[in-house]
Amino acid sequence: MAKLILNHLSKTFHLGGTAAVRDLSLTVREGGFLALLGPSGCGKTTVLRMIAGFEQPTDGSILLGERVLADASEMVPPEHRNMAMVFQSYALWPHMSVAENVGYPLKVRGVSSAKRQAKVLEALSAVRLEAYADRRPADLSGGQRQRVALARCLVTEPDVVLLDEPLANLDRHLRQEMEETFREFHARSGATMIYVTHDQAEAMALATDVAVMSEGRLLQMATPEDLYARPEGRLVGSLVGQGAILTLASSPGDQRQLDWAALKALYEERGMTTAEVLVRPQDVVISADGLPATVSSALFEGERYALRLTLADGQMLRAFSRTPAKVGDQVSVVIHSGWRL
Amino acid sequence: MMRVQNRGNSQPRWLFPFVLTVICLLSVLPLARLAVTGISSALQGRMGDLLTDAVVWHALYDTLVTSFWGMVAAVILGGAFALLLTLFDIRGKAALGFLFMLPTMIPPQVTALSWIGMTGPSSTLLKALGLAPPLGSPQPLYSIGGIALLFGVQNAPLVFLSLRAGLLALPRDGIEAARLSGASSWQVMKDIILPLSLPGLAAGAAIAFVSCVGNFGIPAILGIPASIYTLPTLIYTKFATFNSGTFGEVSVLSAMIGILSIIGLAVEGRVLRGRDYRVIGLTGQAAVFRMNGWRWFAELGLWLTIVVILVMPVTALVASSLAPAYGVPLNLSTATLHAYEEILFRQSITRTAFTNSISLSLATAFGLLVVTVLTGYFLVRSGSRLAPVLAALAEIPYALPGIVLAVALILLFAAPLPIIGISLYGTTWIILIAYFSSFFAVSLKPVVSAFRQIDPSLEEAARLAGADFCRRLTDIIVPLIAPAAGASVILVFLIACNELTVSALLWSAGTQTLGVAIYNLDDSGSFNLASALSVLVVLMVVAMMLVLETMANRLPKGVVPWRS
Ligand SMILES: Nc1ncnc2c1ncn2[C@@H]1O[C@H](COP(=O)(O)OP(=O)(O)O)[C@@H](O)[C@H]1O
Ligand SMILES: [Mg+2]
Repeated sequence: MAKLILNHLSKTFHLGGTAAVRDLSLTVREGGFLALLGPSGCGKTTVLRMIAGFEQPTDGSILLGERVLADASEMVPPEHRNMAMVFQSYALWPHMSVAENVGYPLKVRGVSSAKRQAKVLEALSAVRLEAYADRRPADLSGGQRQRVALARCLVTEPDVVLLDEPLANLDRHLRQEMEETFREFHARSGATMIYVTHDQAEAMALATDVAVMSEGRLLQMATPEDLYARPEGRLVGSLVGQGAILTLASSPGDQRQLDWAALKALYEERGMTTAEVLVRPQDVVISADGLPATVSSALFEGERYALRLTLADGQMLRAFSRTPAKVGDQVSVVIHSGWRL
Repeated sequence: MMRVQNRGNSQPRWLFPFVLTVICLLSVLPLARLAVTGISSALQGRMGDLLTDAVVWHALYDTLVTSFWGMVAAVILGGAFALLLTLFDIRGKAALGFLFMLPTMIPPQVTALSWIGMTGPSSTLLKALGLAPPLGSPQPLYSIGGIALLFGVQNAPLVFLSLRAGLLALPRDGIEAARLSGASSWQVMKDIILPLSLPGLAAGAAIAFVSCVGNFGIPAILGIPASIYTLPTLIYTKFATFNSGTFGEVSVLSAMIGILSIIGLAVEGRVLRGRDYRVIGLTGQAAVFRMNGWRWFAELGLWLTIVVILVMPVTALVASSLAPAYGVPLNLSTATLHAYEEILFRQSITRTAFTNSISLSLATAFGLLVVTVLTGYFLVRSGSRLAPVLAALAEIPYALPGIVLAVALILLFAAPLPIIGISLYGTTWIILIAYFSSFFAVSLKPVVSAFRQIDPSLEEAARLAGADFCRRLTDIIVPLIAPAAGASVILVFLIACNELTVSALLWSAGTQTLGVAIYNLDDSGSFNLASALSVLVVLMVVAMMLVLETMANRLPKGVVPWRS
């Protein structure tokens, strides 16, 4: 195994059309778990399919360690990449039993029947489906099919495992269970995993690294913590986690983490040039001698209230509150911290 | 590590040249040869002789007249069945639909024989019932009207299917909205349903017309005894009196048939432009009107029609096949299976015909399947811009009347093959090639529908599992399209086993097919033997249709031709 490198990767489907992926470079470290996050249609699936070998890049290259998997002129076909993929539709072969589905990659590689059986059983037990070996995929539930697809990936010890929105077709309860299975799978197999999703919570919960895409470009790649605390640009800021973006006077210097004193000063300054500052709801606290604000909506979430506040100049903030608040209440808020985008 | 320049495509490199070669050999080459001969004989001035020949003009006129009235009859019959069975609460729809579709699947020469057995002074059935007209009175079907009527019966199911597909695609909510706004059933029919279903009807009429123009079996049996010739039968007689100018003449005659067919198909394409009824909308639930008191009346009419167009002719055919020696009236004690014994065990000609037809049909059905699985895969998966063009080329030989193709192949293979110097003319091989070309589209269609239904990720998963193209073909693709492949084999077998048009021109001693055998037996006056052979053919058709019917639920929509 080795790290996977995408090098200035571009893909245009139709000659002269707009590019689905533009100049995308990133490196996934060996054994890493990368989530590709972005809104629908931003090119995530296209990137994944280029890594798998189903699409050829129109520019740039893909490397696994030293080995060039694909560039604009040549590519290794998927059959020879030693990768595995969980498709959104699971792609289980309906005419084979669960055990045959899982064992097929081994059969193709010419593994003997006895050895195959042992490996299939091992893979099925990893996803807790030993009892279903002889069933047909049609007789399984959505979550079980998903796990069969995962077992099929596990069985050949692939260099890279690709997952294309694997949870999109499952209900909320099953999702949580499957997230757990994916984490286990990653820990157990040690494979490099690339996980495509448009759900930021899923990406943050699962991955060791998150790459945010928009309109075919890579916006930022970082650990989930970093991405949450220090997003680059307005798009990433609004895509990851909750928060509000304030437009304030731009501060001198290159300090990006701003405290209450700085924020208060900038809010009141009204300079000529402005900057955007991301404020997370947990940093907005209702207390005396802050900025005056009006509650414009209050939503009970069980453990707390989620408030939307309108500041005196009309800008919007989000905040949490333990005590009930009514629409129209006048409050005063202190912003403990903000991040200049 | 092998790296190839393959743009992420899943097909091996040889697939495109293979498909291109197959389609050129089966479709482009014969038709191009026909065009070349036609044009060159026209340039040599032979055209003049032909076009001043009154026989040719007469045949063209008779072709147009019989086809036109055949189309009218098909529209009336097929249109009424489609409207009643689709829009109204008739009981027993499935049975009625199946029985109504039978006449298209029964070979035309058998249809003609069965109707002859039902009418005229020598009808065994009428004689047994004491209803036969006096000896010496004419057989009423040996006429333009008789040919047109049978054209109508044979092709009514084409109109039925086309109109029905259109009716099923009607917007149900639109009809319900009209009724809620106070329109009566009659107004809804007149203002909404009829205008919306006209394209389906017109398209059905156009296909029926094309099918009549190319029909050989019916005018051969009903027309030739009365010296009525249509273009296909004229071509047949030209070959019977072969001379040096024959090739030029028949190529011009086939070109006439070809042009008439192309006009018909163009009309069909035009009225259906932008809506492919045959692919979409088949699942739609049509609005059902209640007939109340009229229902009995309508059901009676439908069943009576089935009795007249199907039950009576088939009964007459069975009666003819059981007929005892000439002059003895048929009843339970005089009925004899002698004719069946004769064709199955004594006559070497019919036994050879059975062997020939069955082996040719099996070879065609399975041989074509191998070709169409690869071709279908290419057409659906390649995303190539040439794919629609190739798909259209593959359709042409089946869309054109079989007689045109037969002429084209005779022209192509009349001379010994270049290089190897072997002549295929007069051998079984030329019939096999003609069948491959003619039924390519029949075999391709179910396979293509099946490919369209398969999620591409099933194959992509197999690629990542490490399976190369051949491996995927045997492990994944073929098992997934197996039901459609089965349907394709049965359909091709059924049609090939029953065809007469192509083999009538291409057979020679020892290579006769079932269709040719039936025609020759009738021609030589052995009407009871021809009838017995026809009864066996009808039984085979019904059996295979029932097999397809039971498979229908596991097949993609539109694969079973009489189901929609
Ligand atoms: N096979 C294809 N042919 C043409 N355009 C495509 C194809 N696949 C994807 N696209 C286009 O590329 C863009 C990115 O698509 P995709 O990678 O599927 O986005 P995502 O997975 O992020 O939703 C879309 O605009 C889509 O229409
Ligand atoms: Mg996608």
